[in-house]
Order: sequence, then structure tokens, then C-alpha cells
Amino acid sequence: MFHPNEKGFYGAYGGAYIPEMLIPNIEELRGKYLRILESDSFQKTYHHLLSDYAGRPSPLFKAERMSQRYQTNIWLKREDLNHTGSHKLNNTIGQILLAKEMGRRRIIAETGAGQHGVATATVCALMGLECVVYMGQTDMERQAPNVARMRMLGAEVRPALSGNRTLKDATNEALRDWIAHPTDTFYLIGSVVGPHPYPDLVARLQAVISSEIKQQLKEKIGTELPNYVLACVGGGSNAAGSFYHFLEHPSVQLIGTEAAGMGVESGETAASMACGEKGIIHGSMTYLMQDGDGQITEPYSISAGLDYPGIGPLHAFLKDSHRATYLPVTDAEALDAALELTRLEGIIPALESAHALAGLGKLRFKPTDQVVVTVSGRGDKDMKTYMEHFKLTEK
Amino acid sequence: MTRLQKLFSSKKDLLSIYYTAGYPQLNATRVVLDALQESGVDFVEIGMPFSDPLADGPVIQQSGTQALQNGMSLEVLLQQLADMRPGITMPVVLMGYLNPVLKFGMERFLERCAQVGVDGLILPDLPLENYLEEYRPLFERYGISNIFLITPQTPEERVRKLDAHSNSFLYMVSSAAVTGAKKGLSDFQLDYFRRIKAMQLQHPAVVGFGISDNESYKTVCQYAQGAIIGSAFVKLLEQAKDLKGEIQRFISEVKNGK
Repeated sequence: MFHPNEKGFYGAYGGAYIPEMLIPNIEELRGKYLRILESDSFQKTYHHLLSDYAGRPSPLFKAERMSQRYQTNIWLKREDLNHTGSHKLNNTIGQILLAKEMGRRRIIAETGAGQHGVATATVCALMGLECVVYMGQTDMERQAPNVARMRMLGAEVRPALSGNRTLKDATNEALRDWIAHPTDTFYLIGSVVGPHPYPDLVARLQAVISSEIKQQLKEKIGTELPNYVLACVGGGSNAAGSFYHFLEHPSVQLIGTEAAGMGVESGETAASMACGEKGIIHGSMTYLMQDGDGQITEPYSISAGLDYPGIGPLHAFLKDSHRATYLPVTDAEALDAALELTRLEGIIPALESAHALAGLGKLRFKPTDQVVVTVSGRGDKDMKTYMEHFKLTEK
Repeated sequence: MTRLQKLFSSKKDLLSIYYTAGYPQLNATRVVLDALQESGVDFVEIGMPFSDPLADGPVIQQSGTQALQNGMSLEVLLQQLADMRPGITMPVVLMGYLNPVLKFGMERFLERCAQVGVDGLILPDLPLENYLEEYRPLFERYGISNIFLITPQTPEERVRKLDAHSNSFLYMVSSAAVTGAKKGLSDFQLDYFRRIKAMQLQHPAVVGFGISDNESYKTVCQYAQGAIIGSAFVKLLEQAKDLKGEIQRFISEVKNGK
């Protein structure tokens, strides 16, 4: 019930609302992705690269001081320790193998915080493929270290100059590029968004996160199932991966935290669940922030990776079916949570992941609860923001 | 017979113009429409601006952004077009993206379109399958033609399917590109035009994307029943000081050469 139907719908959400120009490409991908993903040769290479190249499994760390602070048992799923510094590589490794299998030589991607762009540029370098990454100009400025990393990896970073010049606009540009290069190019989408089959494809590739959590919990505490799993949602790929193998286990409470920016009432927000309504963005029917005329509203969040007006259709379905709960987290709450984790556990999280950590303060746990929080990425890329907010350069 | 069917059964070498509603000024919509009819254009497509137009290049994107800032919306557009008939005798097609239409309400929108005399809709992100499953009865009830796109990559079988579900014309996208991408027609494109022509489809085709002047208009008319000019015309609107005069000059040059 948590898989899309053959047309790509999770309940009322999903589908493939795309112009005719993209239909041959999407049809080809739809026809091939499951067969390739399930083939022995794909599975062998994918798992080999996850372990020897990405460094998986990523640790599940019992955060003792955090546990004490929240009077419960907190486990951190350390996606920040994945190669390139976030969960994004799990997906790009899988999709690059798919692209190769389909004979595509040119890879395009969109990126917000730059984590997906870096992960894409990384696997393109590894496989010797041409790589073009679209990134909003605003994000290029606020995530400058990642722009440099992509360039060092040999990718071309093209600025998106429309709208607020963030993730939404970068995605528009990538889709336009794909329209213009229908035969040689593979669009490597970074989240569980876009037309079917992308949301399902990316969820399957990120599902390794929850598969590992299950196994690691079993080894450490003798049970596979935690009481809570928390993850941040922009498009929602690390959350989809963290939830995936728990979806069929109703005893596990699934909590997504979305970026509320200055607050859900402020108009300066990216909380598409709290503030959005059903509509179509980037080929998918989902919750999105729009005005009364159906124009997509410009989102705002301190976190470039969550600064997106839509959300993956799986999450829209999980919200409506009450299988998962989505909580808005403001910029200020995320910053506090980032500092708290840093001081209590010596881990500087990405701003995106700080939104997941801020969810801890919004829930009431029992001392016996087992609570897993996915730390989707590390905070190196956000040092500029942290330096400003925590006045780290002053003496 | 509908206005579109009448036009296509009576005339060749059709020239159609795309322009963005509410651009360069909010109230330019009717001024441009009247000027196009006076200039002898055969039918028009009026673009309904959208915040995230996936299939459009920078020129049409920018015009849409400006139009939205000017206050354009589906409601405003329908009001601007409310009294266009019978003065406007040529077919009028609206082109835009699905989300604003769904927000407005598909049935309500089709009903209003029928009331003001709109003949067809082009919604690039409404694929054939979704149209057939969800919306075809509504389009038929209100007599609005849904116009499908075909591209160089559309397989023959799908072209036939799109043709079978069409009731006016097929919009033949000239190349794999967003609007306004390039000038001039390549051998690859001419082969594609020949291939579609040789298929002897039930419905006529009109070529759009990349058509900008007399030469490209004349060339595509050898293979299809007409051509649509969009970005080149929108660019003219952006710079025009005397809208009416410049529109007339532009259309005359496209039809007759300089």
C-alpha cells in the first residue's frame, strides 16, 4: 500500500504530469528501472560501491548526552559520515548505474544545498561521465564550498536565474535541459520528487538507511523496531529512506520535520505540508505552496536543502493517511538544535539535519522509548551561516 | 464544424501567433489581439502566465513573470476576453500549465472559456492519458478542443494515438527544445517534418518552437498546414513603442518577406 500503482500514484498523489517532450524518456525509465534495480548485477555493484566507496553501513550511534537531555534513548543514524557528507550518495550511486545501463553519457542534476550536486559530481567523476549541475544563484552564494567541490570534481555548475534562484528554479532548469537533450542525457533527480517513476526510484535507493537501522538496532538492543524515527523533509529523500522499511510497522511512529523558515504564519516559510494545498509541481501531484491563482509561491528557509515549495508525493500520502506526522521547525529552532547536538555530542550537523533534531523538543518520549534521528548530512557547508549566527569569529 | 475545423478545412499556410496575456502591460491583451486580427493572422494562442513554465525558454518565462507582476490571472484574462466575440472572428486558443487551471477548477474554467468564445486549450503538462481518464467528457461538453503536442522523439504509434484523440490540429514541436531556443531549421528537423507528413494523419499539423521569420515560416509550410511564432513575437512586444504599427510590420514581414 505504500508503493505507487503502475501510473505512479500513492493514493491521490504522484503521477507524471509532464509535457510530451519528456514522455519518451520517462516511459523508457519507467519500463526499465525495476528490472535493472532488481537484477543481480546491479545489486552486486550497488552494494559493493555502498560499502567500499561510500563507507556503509553508516553508524547508528547511541547519543548518551542527548538521551539524558531528552530523558529517553536517542540513536543517531550517521548519514553525515557517508562519503561526500550526506545521504545523497546512496541515490546517486544507484542512479548512475541505471544511467550507464541505459547507455546515457551525460548526467544532469538539480541541487539546493549542493549536497546532491556534490554527490552527483562525485559519481560522475568515478564513472567518467559528463556532469552538469543546475543550482539557484542564491544557493550558489550561500553554499559556496559545495560549488567549489563540484567544480573540482569536474562538473559544470550552471546558475538558475529565475524565481528566488533556489532549488525550485534549479529543478525547472534541469527539466528544460532534459527537454533539450532527450537522447543522450539522464536526469539524476536528488529527491523523492518529480514525475513517476522518480519518487519510487529514489525511495528504493535511499531505503538502505532504514534497512541498516533495523539490522543495527537488532544487534544493539535486540529489536528491529524503534518507537520513533525522525527525519527532515524538503523533497523528502532521507525521510523516505529512513521510513521505508518501517512503513508496514504501525508501532513505529514516523516523524518528518519541514522547514518553517520564519514561522508557518510568517509568509516566509517552506512548510509545504502546513501551508500548502494539493497541486502539481515538477510533474507530480502533491502538497505545494501556492497562491489563490495556482501560482507556486516562493519558499523561504535558512536551509537551502529544505527551501522547496513542494514535497514528495509519498509524504503527501503518508500525511493524509496519518501514517506519518509532519512538524514545522523554524530557522531559530533548527539553529538551537544544531548547537545543542554540537555541544552535547561533538557532531556538527547540516542545517537540514538540524531540523530533524529540533523535532526532539516537540515530542514527549517515555524513558523506555527508542528514538532514531537521521542526521542526513554534516555541517561543514553551513559554517558560514553558523559563524554569523553563533558569532564564531568574534573574540 | 468548429471555428478551428472551419479554418483548417479552408486555408493553407496558416500563420499563428503566440503571445503572453497581460504583457507588456496588463491591458495589452486585447490591443494585441485586435492588432493581430487586423494584420491578417489566422489564429492566436494566448499564453496564460505561470510561475514555473517548464516548457518555455527565457523570453516567454520573462514575459510571464512580468505579466504576473502586472496582475494577470485566469480570471482577469477571461474578463479581458469576455467581449471579444463577435469582433474577433479568428480562432483563439489558450496555452498554459495545468496547476492554475486545476486551482480555478477544470470544469468552471472550460465553461468560462466556452462562454467567451475560446476554441481550444494547450496544456503541455496534461498528458494524453490523464486527459482521457479525467477530463475528456468535460472538454467535449463545453466544446473546447484539447490540442496535443508531438515532438521529434514521439514514436509513430503514439503520434497516431494523439492524432486519433485530436479534434482540431496537432501542435508539432519543431525540435527537442524549450521555446525560443534557436534559429534556423536543420536537416534532422526537415526529416522529421517529412516523416510526419508521410504519415498522412487525420488531422493537420502546425509547427511551433523555433519559427521566427519569413524563411522558417515558408519552409515549414511546405510540410505542415501552418506555423506558430512565439518567442520572436514576444520579444517584439517587449521593445515595441507603437504596438499596433510594429505588430503589423512584423506580421507583414513574416508573411511576405522584407
